[in-house]
Amino acid sequence: MQGPVADFFRWLDDRYGLYFSPFTDAFDGERILLGLRTTVELSLTCIALSILLGLIGAWMLSTRSRLAQGVVRFYVQAFRNTPPLVQLAFFYFAIGSLLPSSGRSPLIDGYGWAVISFSLLAGAFNVEIFRSGVEAVPAMMVEAAAGLGFSRLQTYRYVLAPLGLRICLPALTNNLVNLVKTTTLAYAIGVPELLYAAGQIWSEVMNVREMMYLLLVIYIALIAILVWVMERWERALRIPGYTP
Amino acid sequence: MAHELGAPVVVLREVVKRFGDYPVLSGISLTVRRGETVCIIGPSGSGKSTLLRCINGLVPVTSGSITVAGREVNDAALDPIALRRDVGIVFQQYNLFPHRTALQNVMMAPIHVLRQNRAEVETRARELLAKVHLTEKADTYPGELSGGQQQRVAIARALAMSPKVMLFDEVTAALDPETKKEVLVTVQELAAEGITCILVTHEMGFARRVADHIYFTDGGVIVEHGPPAQLLEAPREARTREFLDKVL
Amino acid sequence: MTDLPVLRRVGPLAGFRAPLALPALPLAAALFFVASLAWAQTRSAPVGESAAAAVLRWAPLIFGGFLFNVLVSVLSMAVGTALGFALGLLLIAPTRLPRGVGWALTQFFRNAPWLVLLFYAMFLLPFELHLGGLEIPLPSWAKAVLGLSLPVAANFAEIVRGALQSIPEPQWSAARGLAFGPLQTIRLVILPQAVRRMLPPWMNLYAILTMATTLISVVGIQDGLTITRAAIASDARPELMLPLYLFLLLLFFVYCYPIARATLALERRFQVRG
Repeated sequence: MQGPVADFFRWLDDRYGLYFSPFTDAFDGERILLGLRTTVELSLTCIALSILLGLIGAWMLSTRSRLAQGVVRFYVQAFRNTPPLVQLAFFYFAIGSLLPSSGRSPLIDGYGWAVISFSLLAGAFNVEIFRSGVEAVPAMMVEAAAGLGFSRLQTYRYVLAPLGLRICLPALTNNLVNLVKTTTLAYAIGVPELLYAAGQIWSEVMNVREMMYLLLVIYIALIAILVWVMERWERALRIPGYTP
Repeated sequence: MAHELGAPVVVLREVVKRFGDYPVLSGISLTVRRGETVCIIGPSGSGKSTLLRCINGLVPVTSGSITVAGREVNDAALDPIALRRDVGIVFQQYNLFPHRTALQNVMMAPIHVLRQNRAEVETRARELLAKVHLTEKADTYPGELSGGQQQRVAIARALAMSPKVMLFDEVTAALDPETKKEVLVTVQELAAEGITCILVTHEMGFARRVADHIYFTDGGVIVEHGPPAQLLEAPREARTREFLDKVL
Repeated sequence: MTDLPVLRRVGPLAGFRAPLALPALPLAAALFFVASLAWAQTRSAPVGESAAAAVLRWAPLIFGGFLFNVLVSVLSMAVGTALGFALGLLLIAPTRLPRGVGWALTQFFRNAPWLVLLFYAMFLLPFELHLGGLEIPLPSWAKAVLGLSLPVAANFAEIVRGALQSIPEPQWSAARGLAFGPLQTIRLVILPQAVRRMLPPWMNLYAILTMATTLISVVGIQDGLTITRAAIASDARPELMLPLYLFLLLLFFVYCYPIARATLALERRFQVRG
């Protein structure tokens, strides 16, 4: 590989024996980039789906139907109190084997099951987060909306959701950060995300130490970006004269 | 008040409300005619706020009947939106939506509940803000307004639905004396225009000036009622006298 | 893998109250499991061992594996709590350098994925420790315990910091007035009050850790999950997957759900007394 970055890492290798192969070897570099892309795609997809699930779940909790409430509570407690890795294995192996497969390839591959499993997990936490946010909106505001003739759905949409969101944003950020960290579990079912790519490289080239450090730096950078985005959003949502 | 009073628009008959076993209203009957301004006074805990909330259906009654503009409030088949359209309510704690500007607060309900055209709603909203003397605050957020200003926006917001009856639940109780005045003036102007108003209030001076009829409630029943001159100067019941002595 | 800050409830809102009655939830879970057994039976060969019998045969082994997960969680929590407490003290140090170091370490180990830290420990810790003249072998599971204790320490450091800083300033100055040194102050005055506030999030952290111990199966250590997968593989009966996985999930659920409830109850109680 060419360029000053590659030269720097080649120098590191010559001088200190620190072999950061993704920077000096084009093939390894590509593998890492592919792994990074998969991780980012997986993270973004799961973030979006989990937020959707959280909203639906919080809404279902606010209806009068005991059945809807029971279903959501069961869902939340089941995913919050069981190990994420076992959940993933359950979906990929147990449920996966139940689905029909078109020819030799299964209907949903490892990536697909990872999306389903992680979205459900993060969604369960989001239900709790959104519920707490909505619950913290003063009841008088809901009364005002009712007095104006807003239906339940309208009250949720125009009053509870915007105000509740501002209240629960820090907790939501926390949960999304954890979601990004959880994507590493997909390694266990062979999804070619970042950790998997790094593992492939170090098993060939034996540069475990360097790959470890590289991984840690990349993940911390990814999370820093996510936190920054969430903080920007929080700032954009700020209302003059109002502190939730 | 120097305007014509029309047909009855709000009629309560033997309204009883219990929260569990605890009785709050024990047989309230009253009639409010179109264009009338009615004040409800009484000690705290006498059920006045609950009464208002029963009139616009926020709190269901245990027994008895409430009719508003010909609609039976208790009727299960009643469309709540139709009722809320006819009855506007302003609370003690203004309850403006903090994430919307004053103008947006006023516009929200007609747009989303009544599904009226946005441009028309905006024109009317600005007119209403002008009526409550807050034209220049149209684009400010509630957090930047004083209590009195917020309360006036809340009044404009309730008026935006073009209600037949306006309910005011101790709207000046949370304000300091200077800002109280600006809100009372606004309510007085509304009453003068002929809007039917039912006010729960502690402001006796205001009641004397503005009300057509005053009801005194205590312990969940109407103890006495009459025109302000009679009720406030020469009350018939001892309980009324006791209360007025304490307050005036 | 998830550390959810314990959330507070403020303001009533109809429909959000009333936690699900205690018997209903485990009952529903048990029902699920039994249903899966019945379903597995329908898919089994008519002769031979019934699905329920097969699951019953494997249950003790899987339970043993689960107990190993619990053991790892207890050890890791002990190490992580000790390390985390020290790190937490660094975070409230009066001088900038130790505070900065503490902040860097905490950020680093809190934001790194647990699985990566586990790999880190497995690969980079030596297979034996040389202390003085002794050679202490470091088996894989011990490395895993250390690996998992790192994020625990970082998270607990934050809990410690939050709890210590939440004690009102007058307590600190009063202690100083009585000529207590900083560490003495913490030990005798602040800590006893702060422990109450640390307890619910600490319990929450433990539950998360327990669920994270299954990660050790990814780095080649035998635990409940590996045994479950081995059971499925050895019997070559794919219909057993559902009930066997559900059994393992149920074991963790029965262990962690009461912890979650106790955490909530403690938190509510501590909030009332303030």
